[in-house]
Amino acid sequence: MSLSVENLRLVLGGATILDGVNAAFAPGRVTAVLGPNGAGKSSLLACLAGLHAPTAGTVRLDGRDRAGGDARDLARRIGFLPQTADVHWDIDVATLVALGRFPYRGRWGGTADDAAAVAAAMAATDVTTLAARTVNTLSGGERSRVLLARVLAGTPDWLIADEPLASLDPAHQLDVLDRLRGIAAGGAGVVVVLHDLNQAARVADDVLVLRGGRVIGFGAADAVLVPEVIAATYGVATEICHSSDGHRIILTTGRM
Amino acid sequence: MSRGRVLGLLLALLAAMLVSLLAGKVWLPLSAWSNGDPRALIITELRLPRTLLAAIVGAGLGMAGAAMQGYLRNPLADPGLFGVSAAAALGAVLSMYFGFTHPWLLPAFALAGAAAAMALLALLVGRSGSIIVFTLAGVIIASLAGSLTALAISLAPTPFATAQIITWLMGALTDRSWDDVWLALPLTAIGLAMLAATGPALDALTLGEPAARSMGVDPLRLQRLIIIGVALCVGAGVAAAGVIGFVGLIVPHLVRPLAGHRPSAVLWPSAIGGALLVVLADSLVRVAPTVSELRLGIAMSLLGGPFFLVLLRRMKRTLP
Repeated sequence: MSLSVENLRLVLGGATILDGVNAAFAPGRVTAVLGPNGAGKSSLLACLAGLHAPTAGTVRLDGRDRAGGDARDLARRIGFLPQTADVHWDIDVATLVALGRFPYRGRWGGTADDAAAVAAAMAATDVTTLAARTVNTLSGGERSRVLLARVLAGTPDWLIADEPLASLDPAHQLDVLDRLRGIAAGGAGVVVVLHDLNQAARVADDVLVLRGGRVIGFGAADAVLVPEVIAATYGVATEICHSSDGHRIILTTGRM
Repeated sequence: MSRGRVLGLLLALLAAMLVSLLAGKVWLPLSAWSNGDPRALIITELRLPRTLLAAIVGAGLGMAGAAMQGYLRNPLADPGLFGVSAAAALGAVLSMYFGFTHPWLLPAFALAGAAAAMALLALLVGRSGSIIVFTLAGVIIASLAGSLTALAISLAPTPFATAQIITWLMGALTDRSWDDVWLALPLTAIGLAMLAATGPALDALTLGEPAARSMGVDPLRLQRLIIIGVALCVGAGVAAAGVIGFVGLIVPHLVRPLAGHRPSAVLWPSAIGGALLVVLADSLVRVAPTVSELRLGIAMSLLGGPFFLVLLRRMKRTLP
């Protein structure tokens, strides 16, 4: 299982969003994508999820160019959790999670596999008890778990998540981070855009840092989340400390 | 939606169609159906085609509305938004403007108008598959067709033509024959089938366009199915009955409490509900004690306007 981008270039409306991006993501690991606003993080994820066709370069899944792949097969293997938590109709949670089985749908409705996958995804995100609730009655934390369950119901090999922590309180942020770790522990590869360096330090095995559409650093989290790379990326000075339970804490001390 | 509720809705439709056969300026009891009764002709040649046509037109408008609301993810969307009904009306108006009298020409012009709007829409939207471009293009076509219709009325060669156009624009199912049924039925049936096929993709769109596309929804294919499906349903409806507003807007809201909010679950119940609503409204305008028959389009707007206000009030309470 492999997912990689080679010399990826993306031009949208005349603006170069991504330029010469190379990265290979590993299954069973969490890769955090970091960078300042406008660095191209979401665009990179959109390319991985097939929402943008690269202007040049390739996205490869198991060595094969994504552009030549079968849409349904790709949708089964790469699950995408968008940044927006929009749900446009007030459907119930079980129905929403079952939407994740869309790439598997047959001509005549669902199968036992569908039901099992939906149940497993709901159990993994602790939303089983919410099954009959409608979306508009959920809290923000519950909604984010339900939307994650929707992606997991498709049993993807790769989870591509764009800022899944936005608008969550600290407890729910930790909850989602732990679930991402759990998904990677189950063998899937996780690529996630994060804004907070400390969250990245907590969850990520690998870190990919973008700035202005180019890769500033890519590698093991301990090697990339260092003051020099952070300074080159964000223009801020930092100190690295450690919490009592051994997590790295990145303290921003000022602008450069 | 449980099968029981769909069945209930279907039975209600059948009952309403039966009532519609009996109801009118002259009430026909069931005994008039027997062989040899001269009144049986009223049933077979006038009321049966009219009732069937009401059901066909209503089904097309109902499902077109449900599909548009699902596609645009907006509960206020209406098939009229999309320019096809205005363009079909313009086509029909042109045939009256030029004074064509052949019975096939008016529906043919209406369908040509619908097809032209469809082609223009596809051209404007191009290969983008964008919902915003789609909506804007539809609104532009609708307003253009509307102003051309107004122009045709103001320049109409005779007062008779003006009156004829204005009356027709109000929509009605008066004096329809089997010919109209055979015109509207196949077009609407194909349109319904195309719109029904969009169900799973509309469900996926509930999560927004990016999520839907990541799950394998082809936005271009979906948009084409919606454009052609709505154009067939609405174009056939306008050709057969003139402009009948509000059905596509109201009916999906009426069936959601029964069918739930999942877009695909609303499609067929909206077709049945639309048929039911138009059959009932058409029966109502026939039995209403007015000198000349109340126009169906007016009756529907009279019902639809207040409904729209109630809907708006309810939405104001739930929206920020």
